Amino acid sequence: MNNKVWMSVALAVFLVACKSAPVTPAKVEDKSGGANTSASTGTDSDANGIKEVNIDSNANNSDANNPLRDPNNILSKRNIYFDYNSDAVKAEFRPVVEAHAQYLKTHQDAKVILQGNTDERGTREYNLSLGQRRSVSVKKALNLLGVQDQQIETVSYGEEKASVNCTDEDCFQQNRRVDVVYQGE
Amino acid sequence: MKVISNSIISLLMLAVSFLASTQANAALEIEISGGGAQQIPVAILPFAEPAGISSKDSIHEIVAADLKRSGMFRVLDTRGMANLPTSPNQIKYAEWSALQAQAMTVGTVESLGGGRFKVTFQLMDVLKQTQLIGMDYQITSSQVRATAHKIADAIYEKLTGERGVFGSRIAYINKIGKRYTLQVSDADGFNAQNVVSSNEPIISPAWSPDGSKMAYVSFEKKKPIVYVQSLTSGARKVLANYKGNNSAPSWSPDGSKLAIVLTYGANSQIYIIDADGGNLKQVTKSNAIDTEPAYSPDGKFIYFSSDRGGKPQIYKVPASGGDATRVTFEGAYNVSPHFSPDGRYLTYIRNDGGKFKVALQDLSNGQVQLLSEGSQDESPSFSPNGRLILYATKVRGRGTLAAVSSDGRVRQKLSESTGDVREPAWAPLAK
Repeated sequence: MNNKVWMSVALAVFLVACKSAPVTPAKVEDKSGGANTSASTGTDSDANGIKEVNIDSNANNSDANNPLRDPNNILSKRNIYFDYNSDAVKAEFRPVVEAHAQYLKTHQDAKVILQGNTDERGTREYNLSLGQRRSVSVKKALNLLGVQDQQIETVSYGEEKASVNCTDEDCFQQNRRVDVVYQGE
Repeated sequence: MKVISNSIISLLMLAVSFLASTQANAALEIEISGGGAQQIPVAILPFAEPAGISSKDSIHEIVAADLKRSGMFRVLDTRGMANLPTSPNQIKYAEWSALQAQAMTVGTVESLGGGRFKVTFQLMDVLKQTQLIGMDYQITSSQVRATAHKIADAIYEKLTGERGVFGSRIAYINKIGKRYTLQVSDADGFNAQNVVSSNEPIISPAWSPDGSKMAYVSFEKKKPIVYVQSLTSGARKVLANYKGNNSAPSWSPDGSKLAIVLTYGANSQIYIIDADGGNLKQVTKSNAIDTEPAYSPDGKFIYFSSDRGGKPQIYKVPASGGDATRVTFEGAYNVSPHFSPDGRYLTYIRNDGGKFKVALQDLSNGQVQLLSEGSQDESPSFSPNGRLILYATKVRGRGTLAAVSSDGRVRQKLSESTGDVREPAWAPLAK
């Protein structure tokens, strides 16, 4: 069997059939072992019909003069990387953490979301909890620098933003990080 | 290998006949390996069909594919047979007992006009030459696949004594490009329908016990929030959006509550919340990670993953609160517990020397069996009859669905023709 033929047929099936239709089950009367019995029609029942919902966020990405977005400003650095199986903030990321602490202290209305991330090894929900540890670790570092709890939310993406199919440590390391995201971004 | 290429060819034929169908969505490729020790030999004969319906889904092929996938049947090749009867009085039983068929089906499809059809089928005992099942269905052309699954379920139940699950549905997340879609399909992967889609991740779909709603985690607001959505009306509402993470929904058996995981400003802990979002109550209180709650089928306990002992293991806690006790002892990483419908077995994921595999634990004696061989297997859940465990795996770096029989003998892969499929959940049977 030619793989390309199979794939193109499969794709054609998918393209032709991309419109959803509700499942309307046939009603069946079972009189097993006996004579055939007529069943009623199934058009009145649509209990399995599925309605699709679309949800798309519309993030605000404007404001060119924002120091948070100036590539020459340290505040544009938003990634803090971690060692394997560790939630300790490494010394090399202290300047980044300090810069964001300073910004938050001078902008009391600003709120930051710390998004923890893991590599893809392990289950999604467990990795969500592991990523949370890293975001809490960065939060504690900000707290120690005087940032108030109400300006910080710690969440996790787990492995959802991980580059998949990593085969070496450099790749895995890119996934073990906390992303600093300001509210409204 | 022969089995696999044959099933791909027959699927290809199915896919081609599918082109004419307005019901069709994405097709899953099915590979079967292994087989049960005691497979029942059955002959599933082509139905007599009126001109004009030949381009529709072929009922006997859908039935045969279902029975094959269960691993419980050997579906006999009927192509060389001189006589292919379509009603019981045409059957020459000697020919079919020579083929070693224990049971056989014959059937017809009649056009009733106005797009309606009458499907008739009989299941016959070849040795006793008696009728085991006889049924009529009056359907529209869009109900052909559903009807074929009902026929397969009737055959399965008659010949094995257990309830079939071919007519049931599964949910999963399909990532195509950068878009995430929660889809529901028939158990064979056909007839996929979109439930909700987003440019941000969706994970952890969980069926309500009556199959009418789905809870899931969406990152559409840049953080994990738990939603509950009606499948029929599409109405969705936030179940839990507290500070921090909101994740891992698991329904109580009566559908009145969900166990969820919240973090606020610290580590993951398990809470119970009413299905309408009220009455939040904390269940676990630890300094460790507590996540992936699963209600026991009697509703009395919540099983969960925790690293309170150092490495992640599965524990249980009374749903009313109290002390947790450890459930898994072998292996250094056991997570994602899910119950069999009868509550006797627990399936979960074990890290076995760097390979993540599906494990099955008999809760009556603690014995554990590893059922899958993949290296990145996740999200195991039982079929409603407890016979199969559906899980996510990876093939050449792409997420696909797979199933293994709970005795470990039959494995199959259901790979979507496009996209990256993960987070499967098998629906409860319709009441």
